[in-house]
Amino acid sequence: MRIGVFVCNCGTNIAGTVDTAKVASEALAFADVVYATNYMYTCSEPGQQEIQRAIGEYGLQGVVVAACSPRMHEPTFRRAVEKAGLNKYMFEMANIREHVSWIGNDREANTRKAVDLVRMAVGKLRFNQPLFSSKMPVNKRLLVIGGGVAGIQAALDCADGGVDVVMVERKQYIGGKMAQLDKTFPTIDCSSCILGPKMVDVSQKENITLYAASEIESISGYIGNFTVEIRKKTTYVNWDACTGCGACMEKCPAKKAEDYFNEGLGTARAINIPFPQAIPKKAVIDAQFCRQLNGKKCGVCAKICPVKAIDFEMKDTIVTEKVGAIIAATGYDLFDHSVYGEYGAGRLPDVITGIQYERILSASGPYGGHIRRPSDGKEPTEIVFISCVGSRDQSVGRPYCSGVCCMYIAKQAILTRDHLPESNSYVFYMDIRAPGKNYDEFVRRAQEEYGVQYIRGRVGKIYQRGDRMVVQGADTLLGVQVEVEADLVVLATGVESSSGAGELAEKLRISYDQYGFYMESHPKLRPVETNTAGVYLAGACQGPKDIPSSVAQGSAAASKVQSLFAHDMIETNPQVALVNERNCIACGKCIQVCPFGAIQWKELRGGIKKAEVLPSVCQGCGVCNATCPPKAVQLQHATDNQILAEVNELCA
Amino acid sequence: MTDSSPRSSAPADETAATKQGIKIVGFLCNWCSYGGADTAGVCRFKQPTDLRVVRIPCTGRMDPLFIAKSLIYGVDGVLVSGCHPRDCHYAVGNFYARRRMEAFKAFLPFMGIDTQRFKYTWVSASEGQQWQKVVTEFSEQIHRLGPNPGVRLRSGDNSKVSSGLR
Repeated sequence: MRIGVFVCNCGTNIAGTVDTAKVASEALAFADVVYATNYMYTCSEPGQQEIQRAIGEYGLQGVVVAACSPRMHEPTFRRAVEKAGLNKYMFEMANIREHVSWIGNDREANTRKAVDLVRMAVGKLRFNQPLFSSKMPVNKRLLVIGGGVAGIQAALDCADGGVDVVMVERKQYIGGKMAQLDKTFPTIDCSSCILGPKMVDVSQKENITLYAASEIESISGYIGNFTVEIRKKTTYVNWDACTGCGACMEKCPAKKAEDYFNEGLGTARAINIPFPQAIPKKAVIDAQFCRQLNGKKCGVCAKICPVKAIDFEMKDTIVTEKVGAIIAATGYDLFDHSVYGEYGAGRLPDVITGIQYERILSASGPYGGHIRRPSDGKEPTEIVFISCVGSRDQSVGRPYCSGVCCMYIAKQAILTRDHLPESNSYVFYMDIRAPGKNYDEFVRRAQEEYGVQYIRGRVGKIYQRGDRMVVQGADTLLGVQVEVEADLVVLATGVESSSGAGELAEKLRISYDQYGFYMESHPKLRPVETNTAGVYLAGACQGPKDIPSSVAQGSAAASKVQSLFAHDMIETNPQVALVNERNCIACGKCIQVCPFGAIQWKELRGGIKKAEVLPSVCQGCGVCNATCPPKAVQLQHATDNQILAEVNELCA
Repeated sequence: MTDSSPRSSAPADETAATKQGIKIVGFLCNWCSYGGADTAGVCRFKQPTDLRVVRIPCTGRMDPLFIAKSLIYGVDGVLVSGCHPRDCHYAVGNFYARRRMEAFKAFLPFMGIDTQRFKYTWVSASEGQQWQKVVTEFSEQIHRLGPNPGVRLRSGDNSKVSSGLR
């Protein structure tokens, strides 16, 4: 084989701590290497042309580029060698940037390591074989998991483009956290006025199938061809019949049910439609509080229902949907502030969370939009907001900034002044983070126009004194202790990953970080893709986000799906397992271990059984290769010989 | 070009030991630990330079043969790293890997190889700092053990075997 080696300087990124000229000259001495050079920026257009020129001039049959991580530029260079007429799998990369030049300053050791890595890559390349993709059809249906604003945006964008969309939402209504908000920063738009029409669109679009009160049971398949099982949870109401008239709610005698939508500030009936604009507007019975379901004599709702939709015998059902792409838009949860003893550990009734205050402010909330405090219903005059509750705090395992709290506090303080002009608002903050468009101006308005007092410092203690609370804190700018007697304390609880995010990630086979947020493929260049082809991310499931960013990401994910669906066929990945039938002893172990059911029996003439890999199902993990006793099944492009060649070169 | 003096915070004897030719091979899964090593590089987390990385699709691809051959031929240490359990790109590959490597570890003393020369670990693509810690600790461990004499394959031949594909 005639091999060419191209060592990238990457400006000074590599050349700064690696002698690239020496790496190239040493590479020239390796067996089969007929050409080696170093180049300033190999990934640049002239850099790629240099590779293509050398392929033609020296008759190269394989190319090694020693540069950055193959996770970054392997596709770039594969395209480049393909354009010059080589098979794109006759190419290897040696990672001498992330794994060498950036992690050590010892030029001599780095150069030696780079030479080793190039030798290993050349060694592997000698065993490379040209591989060819095949084509398979794309099922042009989309699954959106999560019906918050990001998921809604993604679903509507795709549906507008003619894509069939299946939306799954685990709550009984769509709209997510945004549906619970009263107003949105920095424009003070009414949240339900801007979200409501979009929710209605979801329910009315003919090509959107909505499964509310449903969860993902299992996902199998691969890009272009996923099979999804959806568990429709028991609602005890036949939604096909229910008209959402609300008669059952009025008559239900179980009035002490938990009001999840109002964040526990009021009570709900056991049979409930959470809010007037709910989509779908269907009732659900809370089995925990229903008298009939707890063995008592009731059944009032069943008697009153004009369409006989109540069904106390209902069970969960599983439906199966086939889709070609998946967008995960599962959103976020809010930090549980009860771990903070200094804020009353959740025991003080008038220390509430930002989202609870949002419900209080809302005209459709528990108090009809009048600001009152939960303990005695009194109108507060002194209101304290505390930022960074469960954000930027290593001691509770939340070192990151939630990004939205500074802004929603400013909004709530402004709205408080609007509702109660005689009230005073105080904000204890660490830093004000307002980097969005018109955000900082908004915070300034809160301070200057609305007279909200911003105190830079942490709160050390909140305790009850009479019917008020004393908030003790520090003003670090003045260097004094401050004490505020407050009627109401609002904690800006931070954003954390949604409950169950990890379990869903396992079903989707995508990664998540230590906080449970889903990992994008590349933080800058592939922000809505995951490392699992065909699975995309939108909204706060990927990290804390405000509404504009969530909507933008929803649209971004939708555009990725539509560019995938613009093709009738997609190329398969040829780096899959292949059985050498002459060596196969038909033990069946590979069939047992394959996580994807990609290996099956094949009968040859005379009834001889052999294993056979279905290339369109194989994902290329190589578990079968490691399991096979006679090594008859080999993962192409990572065969035993290729991996051992790298080890051999290292030992040489 | 002139050599610049080492400015890293790595142990002082590191350069000397590297000159002895300590070589560690790391088999890293493409989806998690290889990404983690990239993240560590992007964040410029300084690490010892003894490790050479082989990229594999999944730790489930790890044939114990790869570890055995490396150690027999005189690589001084083998580090295998993949996705955290339950976070495998292929759903279950790292579970197979964990079982195989646990079983294989028990077999190493029969080959005359110190079990401390082999380690497997889980590092995700976001855990650059964790990767730095793993590499630094394992490299220090191998430096303490010194060069691996390899396994004497033929009598009178104690040299490292340089090529041995089956």
